[in-house]
Parts: sequence; C-alpha cells; structure tokens
Amino acid sequence: MSAEEKAGEGRLLDVRDLRVSYGGRGIGRRRGAPAVDGVSLSVAPEETLGLVGESGSGKTTVARCVAGLLRPGAGTITLDGRPLGRAGRRTPESRRAVQMVFQDPRSSLNPRMTVASIIAEVWHTHPVTAPDGDRTEALHRLLADMGLDPEVASRRAGDLSGGQCQRVSIARALAVRPRLLVCDEAVSALDVSVQAQILRLLADLRARHRLAMLFISHDLGVVHQIADRVAVMHRGVLVEEGRTGDVLTAPRHAYTRTLLDAALDLDDSVPGDGTTDDKAVV
Amino acid sequence: MSAAGTAREHGDTKPSPTPAVDGPPLRIENLVVELPGPHGTRVRVVDGVSFDVPRATTVGLIGESGSGKTMTAQAVLGLPPERATLTGRLLWHGEDLIAAGPARRRTVRGREIAMIFQDPLAALNPTQRIGRQVGEIPRRDRLPRAEVRRRVVELLDRAGVPEPERRMRAYPHELSGGLRQRAMIALALAGRPALLLADEPTTALDVTVQSRILRLLADIQAADGLAMLLVSHDLRVVSHVAQRVVVMYAGRVCEHGPARDVLRRPAHPYTAALVRSVPAVRTRTALADPLPGAPATPANRPAGCAFHPRCPLVRARCRDEVPEVREVASGRWSACHAAEEVLGS
Repeated sequence: MSAEEKAGEGRLLDVRDLRVSYGGRGIGRRRGAPAVDGVSLSVAPEETLGLVGESGSGKTTVARCVAGLLRPGAGTITLDGRPLGRAGRRTPESRRAVQMVFQDPRSSLNPRMTVASIIAEVWHTHPVTAPDGDRTEALHRLLADMGLDPEVASRRAGDLSGGQCQRVSIARALAVRPRLLVCDEAVSALDVSVQAQILRLLADLRARHRLAMLFISHDLGVVHQIADRVAVMHRGVLVEEGRTGDVLTAPRHAYTRTLLDAALDLDDSVPGDGTTDDKAVV
Repeated sequence: MSAAGTAREHGDTKPSPTPAVDGPPLRIENLVVELPGPHGTRVRVVDGVSFDVPRATTVGLIGESGSGKTMTAQAVLGLPPERATLTGRLLWHGEDLIAAGPARRRTVRGREIAMIFQDPLAALNPTQRIGRQVGEIPRRDRLPRAEVRRRVVELLDRAGVPEPERRMRAYPHELSGGLRQRAMIALALAGRPALLLADEPTTALDVTVQSRILRLLADIQAADGLAMLLVSHDLRVVSHVAQRVVVMYAGRVCEHGPARDVLRRPAHPYTAALVRSVPAVRTRTALADPLPGAPATPANRPAGCAFHPRCPLVRARCRDEVPEVREVASGRWSACHAAEEVLGS
C-alpha cells in the first residue's frame, strides 16, 4: 500500500482486507470461491475513486459491502474512523452517510410510486434529513438541483425517461445528505447524450455538496473524466491503484495494460489509419 | 474500396432503376416502418430511411434508443415486430424484399442475410447443444452426418471457439459470454450469407472480449468480402470496424458518409454532439457540454427537424421544415439545414 494510505490521515472511507465468498453450488463456479479476496482501499473527503475491472472482478461486490447491502466474510469498513457495522445492522446515521446509485434506475425505483412519494419515503426513513418547513418547496428545490421540472414530482417513476429516472435515483440518494455516494455503473445503461448529462450533473453535485464518490465503471474513458484516483480490480484483488492520469497513461500492472489495450478510443492512430478505407481493429 | 458515391438521396422521387448485378447488394429506399400506437394511431418508428450497404463494406448504423436503428435491421432481416407495416423498398440484389413472399423471405434469411444478436443467450436455443444449432442449415441441406459434423467443427473453429469438437456438445449456458457470441457467429456463417447484420454484437461483453470479437468480425468480413451492417449505440465500436456510417435520430437518417470523415468532421449537429460526448480513454477529456433534454422518440417526434429542440444551431426554418438528406460535400450526406455551417466549424 502506498505511503499516503499508511499515513491514515484525511480518509473518509477506509476498507481493510475485505473478503467475500459466495457460497452454494453456482454453475461453473467452485464452491465458496472468493469474489473479493483481501481488498483494501480508501477514499478521502470530496475525492472520487474510480473502481474499474471486468465482470466478475469483484468491483460490484466491494460496492455492495460499502453500501451495506452485503455482509463481508472478513475485513473492516470504516467511515471517518468509525466502523460502518454489519449490513442490515447499521445505525441510521451510518446508513444515511453512504448512499448508492445503481446501473438500472428502472429496476431500482418502484415504477408505480410517484417521484414525490419516493423522496417522501427516504425523508420518513431518515427524519433528521427531512426539511423543517414546506416539504413541497424542499422537494421542488431538490428536483431543480437535479435539473428536473417541478411537475416531475407527481409523475410515476415508470413514466419517466431513463435519464429522468437516473436523476430521481440521484435525488433520492442526495435527499438524505450523504457523505459518500457509491455509483455502480450509474451511467452505463444510458444513451450517449444522456450519459453526458448525468456525468456533468454528478460532477456539479459532487462539488456543490462536497461529496466523496466511489465510482464503479467498466468504461475507462468515463473514469478518466471523473475520477481523481483509480483502483483496478482483477479476480477479486486490487492489482493497481494510483492517480487516474498515472494509471491510465502509464500503467504498472500487466492486467491494467491488457485492459487499456482492449479499450477503444474514438479516433486512435491505429495501424491502417490513413487515407485508405482500411480499418484495423486494435 | 468503392464505398464513396454509393449513397442514395433520401426521398428521391425519380423512379430508381433496378440496380445492376454490380450494384450494392442491399439498397434501402425510403423505408417506413409503422407500429400500432395508442388509440388506433400508427407510429412511424422508421420514417423514410434510405442508404446502401455496399459489397465488402461494413456500414455502422449509429443511434440512441428510439432512433429506429434496430427496427431498420429487423426490417432487412424480415423479422419486424408483429403488426408492423413496411413500405418503401428493400432492394436485395435488385429484388424488393418487401414485396417478396414469406417463403422467399425465409430462404433469404439465414442463407443470404444472417443476423448476430446482442444477447446470444436469448437468441440461442437453451435446450439444444451448440453443435446441433450451428448444424441446422447444413442438416437441412441433407448433407451426410459426418459432413454436417465436419462443417460444424469448421464453423466453430473459424469463429474462434477453442476445442470445437468438445464445445459443440455444450449447451449455451455452459459457455462464457464471449464463447456464446462466437457460437452465434458460427451459426450466422453456416448459411454462407452475403450480408451479416450485427445488432450490438459486443455490448454485453467485457472490453477484452469485445475487442477480440470485433477483430473476428472484421477478419471474417474482409476475408469473405461480406457486406455487414453493424448496429450500435457505441461510436467507439463503430469507428473501429465500419468504413461507412449512418447516423439515425428519432426514426430518420441524420447523416451518412465515410466513417472516418463523419466522425472527425460531422455534418450534422447531432453527430457532432455524439462525438463530443465520447470520453477518451488515454487522455483526460473535459466533461462535454451535454445536449439538453432526452432523445426524441418516434411516438412524439417534434415537428420540422426532429432534433431541433436540442439543437444548438436551431433556427426558425428547423421548427417546421423537415430537412431532406442532401449531399452537402463530396460524398457527405446530411439532413441539416445548416450542414455547411456544421462542416465548416
């Protein structure tokens, strides 16, 4: 681990030696094979850590442990030096402090609930974050913060577009004033033009609310845009970690290089690039 | 490659002569696909689309959800949704497939035009072994069993499935995502098609697998001189395999032309916005100024240019005059009233 991590100062989230095994006899999977095998990482206040890797690398498992949706087999997760506690047994305060935005807003929001009731529900669950005065006005302010019109409040989640849904998911997460936002492929399922909107929104909100983010994505381009540091996972372990620019321009680990070699850019100078029509796939 | 100059004008009113044998294998002319909408209305999910897929060329069909790109591919394949109505012409070596009967369509499908789907697990039959599915067409050709088997092994091998003799006995669920997609490619090649339709063939795959599958598709396309229509929302994928691109929005064509030119110097503000919103992997790209609003859908397509409510260059004429696809520079076709301005910027 790096020297700055040993210092232990100025960390918001600290994950130490996290281990998770999925039991059972899953098809093609060894019984109890570890999904996460001793992962340690930290996120400083207001910092965005990108967590990248392919499917099966364990990045979503790490996210779910941090968000308290999954109980790790071993390891500790602390926020501001205090243990976050076991999944399902967290204090309201620590549950509130870590919020999650999922990949598919259509399955993470109840399609039959109105936007107003989705937000009212989280204020009911976390009364300390509920606005004191006029709740409708507070709701409209929150929606405006997300770039949503006030009339969205009365619409059902199922009637919204993908981009609007994801904005509502983010509103739900931020309604309880978290310290850390865990985004698990939060822009991956969106159309390209909408993805750009949500990325811009997340960057704006991060600055305005002084949020720290754990940003999980398989898209190295998106991670390069939004993350301060990046951690690369492969088969349950963290193979490389560092400043985003360093890792994505001068990777030290062979696996990171494999990932980067495979990642496509829009306009690479690739072999065959030139005036002919021949294209080379790199 | 003779890709340039094969584009057809959108809404061409001249009765077009049947393409000669040396014309493009597939010419889509003014294709309209309508689906039943609410209250007895009809929704035009594809609205007057025209483009060619030339021989030995990969055409990338780019668009966001609701753009009609998948519907266009399904129309070409002859498997549009139930109760869809098709008008216009789908000229396959000069023969109009829309006018062709179901029997002829079935012969064309699989043997002349084959499709690779996004989700091989959904497209493959879960109850049949891979070998049986890949061998369906050779079996129907009444080849002897040993010959069918030899052909299946050869197809799987060609698609890069390791140990084909062993894998042909596997069921789809027993294979990894990448291997399933390779099996799907083997199946598509079984009928020796002249046109391969690939709908988001790598969207569900990891990046390292994606690049290998794309390379495989490009190799097969080049080796067999196939025409390929690659449908994708991912500009990066398209830029790596396609020689030509067609950009669709809300059921209409925005622009088409040589892939590299279109992606480097777009002639439509929508393409320009798409290109801007693709972040670079190896350098840090500043967050793009996003387009406002959500992609228009065919069900509530704005009047005039469908893109006008989101367009940074919108002017009065865009609100009520639907722009035709016109040649705005040599080989460059755009459906924007201000295309010259976009090209010049």
